[in-house]
Amino acid sequence: MTRVPLYDIAHSRAGDKGNRLNLSLIPYDPAHYPLLAEQVTEERVLELFRHRGATACRRYDLPLLHAFNFIVEDALEGGVNGSLNLDGHGKTNSFRLLALEVEIP
Amino acid sequence: MFRLGNGSGFSGDRVDAPIPVMRDLVAGGTPAALFFETLGERTVALAHLEKRRDPELGYEPMLERLVRPILRDAAEHSIPLLGNWGAANPPAGARAVARVAMELGLPDLRIAVVEGDDVTGEVANGQLPVHEADAGLDMGDWRLVAANAYIGAEPLVDALREGAQVIVAGRTSDPALAIAPLAHHFGWGMDDWDRLAIGAAAGHLLECGSQVTGGVFWDPGRKDVPDPANLGFPIAEVTAEGSLVITKPANTGGAVDFRTIKEQLLYELHDPAEYITPDVVLDITGCTLEQVGTDRVALHGLRGRERPETLKVTASFEGSWLGEGEVSVAGPNAAGRARAMADVLLERLRMRGLKVKARVDLIGVASVHDSDGGALWRDAGYDAPEVRVRLAVESAGRDDADQAAREVLAMLCCGPAGTGGARWRVTPRILTQSHLILRERVPTRVAIRTAKELLR
Repeated sequence: MTRVPLYDIAHSRAGDKGNRLNLSLIPYDPAHYPLLAEQVTEERVLELFRHRGATACRRYDLPLLHAFNFIVEDALEGGVNGSLNLDGHGKTNSFRLLALEVEIP
Repeated sequence: MFRLGNGSGFSGDRVDAPIPVMRDLVAGGTPAALFFETLGERTVALAHLEKRRDPELGYEPMLERLVRPILRDAAEHSIPLLGNWGAANPPAGARAVARVAMELGLPDLRIAVVEGDDVTGEVANGQLPVHEADAGLDMGDWRLVAANAYIGAEPLVDALREGAQVIVAGRTSDPALAIAPLAHHFGWGMDDWDRLAIGAAAGHLLECGSQVTGGVFWDPGRKDVPDPANLGFPIAEVTAEGSLVITKPANTGGAVDFRTIKEQLLYELHDPAEYITPDVVLDITGCTLEQVGTDRVALHGLRGRERPETLKVTASFEGSWLGEGEVSVAGPNAAGRARAMADVLLERLRMRGLKVKARVDLIGVASVHDSDGGALWRDAGYDAPEVRVRLAVESAGRDDADQAAREVLAMLCCGPAGTGGARWRVTPRILTQSHLILRERVPTRVAIRTAKELLR
């Protein structure tokens, strides 16, 4: 097994709705879909945004598209409205997810 | 076949983007329409403030610039232009289009104004339920600026049926701008959920412009796309049978492939089984993709369900100030000097008793991924070649916000060694809140006039 950042095997885009962050996660190779399903859990993704005050994470699986959609609650310090963060929409957070490491054969 | 182009994905998008799309739609020779999405949640609030300042403003500031190069083709080839570019003031937006039409010698251009989305009175007087996503926001002493309901495709279909060549709407939902020309052309029933789902998917994929053709996607060496300075904005091709292909104009940069489609399909999505629009609830869980040519991707298996009884309302409020200041340090121990300066800035705010909520970023060490408390930059043990220290504060009082931001300026003399390049500013903040409203309470109206009638 080799440990690699998600960036090496997948891509992602971030979006927002209020204080809720949405992150897609899409493997370049559909063959990697099962290992992402196993290793990129809701708990691990929530942990990436705990320091921002995130309270919950839900993962929606799209096996036909070989993609995942993560919803992270309260990750944006109030969202574009109330946040003092330069990136109030949270659009740069796709690359925080892509820094997460996974093990591949 | 009907071809639907997008010429703008947000207010602030590339103003020359519609030109190659229009050229491609004309060359294709099929019935077509071109839509523009220029109205974000906060854009509408800023437009209301502009309108308050000048009753002839409050529409998309780039409107004339967007339509001038394409208006003649739109008129001559019967390619309607639709947009929510009326923002807070669709009648003034329509007059702006009319002035461009007159300049171009198109006095008989038929321009539709769609109104009814402004529900400020309902929010000011009534107690609309707060949408769950935003429940718990502390509104304090905020003052209502405006409230607008996301209206659906029906008034836009009415306008097209009456021969509108340019539609100037306000807070229409983004997908409605795509659903309307398709429903009008194919005669879809407004309860034909699976057909409307095709339109909603086309709208969702196209509404952010280049985001489906390589924008906010390209990553050098990893996800390269050709010529990102010249990204082609998207075109959806829809047939009477309901097939949907996403593509882009010939001779433009960017790409349309599985990767760009998947990223945009999931963008700002919550439950993939329930993408709610005012016209239909879209379910993409059965969706599959097929590459049917270079820069051509077909979507299959889209399903629709009955539209909701309620419309979403975005209410915007004013009542606080954002103060920001930035200054740079560079060279040996840049991060060390920046960390120390951050702590001194926060100490200064406390010493002076300024009533602000504050945050410091160390741009170059940790900023956009960091928390308000600086959890990441405080832990980052490494140096950086250059660091820009940013202080951001929020305050109910303009003076406190200004004084806090000026503490950054003072670092030019009082700061650590080698501090330079200060900027600071104070801007009013807009806060938005979502509500739900029964659709019967949002009657819409359509008025169509020629350019010369509008300016009479």
